[in-house]
Amino acid sequence: MIQTIIEIILDVLVILLLLGGAFIVFTASVGVLRFPDIYTRLHAASKGSTLGVAGILIGAFIFHYMEYGIVSGRLILGVLFIMLTAPVASHLISRAAHLRGAKPYGTLKDQYQEAIDAEKRKQDKNAK
Amino acid sequence: MSALQDDFASIVQMVSIICLIVLSVSIILLIIRVLKGPTNADRAVALDAIGVNIMAFAALLAIILVTPNFNDIVLLIGILLFIGTVAIAIYLEKGDLIDTDDN
Repeated sequence: MIQTIIEIILDVLVILLLLGGAFIVFTASVGVLRFPDIYTRLHAASKGSTLGVAGILIGAFIFHYMEYGIVSGRLILGVLFIMLTAPVASHLISRAAHLRGAKPYGTLKDQYQEAIDAEKRKQDKNAK
Repeated sequence: MSALQDDFASIVQMVSIICLIVLSVSIILLIIRVLKGPTNADRAVALDAIGVNIMAFAALLAIILVTPNFNDIVLLIGILLFIGTVAIAIYLEKGDLIDTDDN
């Protein structure tokens, strides 16, 4: 009796995690399609799809635990790996895009470019 | 009580099929961005997001086909995706992947 109640509660948890994860991944891809420049698209893609895929993978983990009684460490490792690597990858892409001359949308101030210029002036002064 | 449990098990299967349909639509939207993308960096972002969607696809297929054998594939796709994205970013930044200068 108590066993079936626990299994039903875990089923409801799996359903909520899967639906929430799919919704967040879908909104992230709508953001990638609709946002105006590369930095806002990165904002949508890296944060949104990381959270969404974490939800779906944890849902699959609970499903496997419920169905077979196995603790699938690979799914947890997948969640950890995505959470470690998605910020690194998006930082690399945004730095490459800035180097190729992508301008931020809707603002004239570019603080990263100002920091690069200040560093370059300091190096020139030291060289003299 | 057992009948209710069977109902919930079939609802999990239906929900995972619905999630597969939602993820397919989201991959189509990202492919539109890959084809349109004004710069190569936009294409790199969209390809990264497509890879994350494919990871979720593999996890959902493991639920639908009721097998634990897809779990390796989720981790493998994640690792290959990170290596590919870093390679694209370094190519965009420097213009070549392997530094062949001898100095």
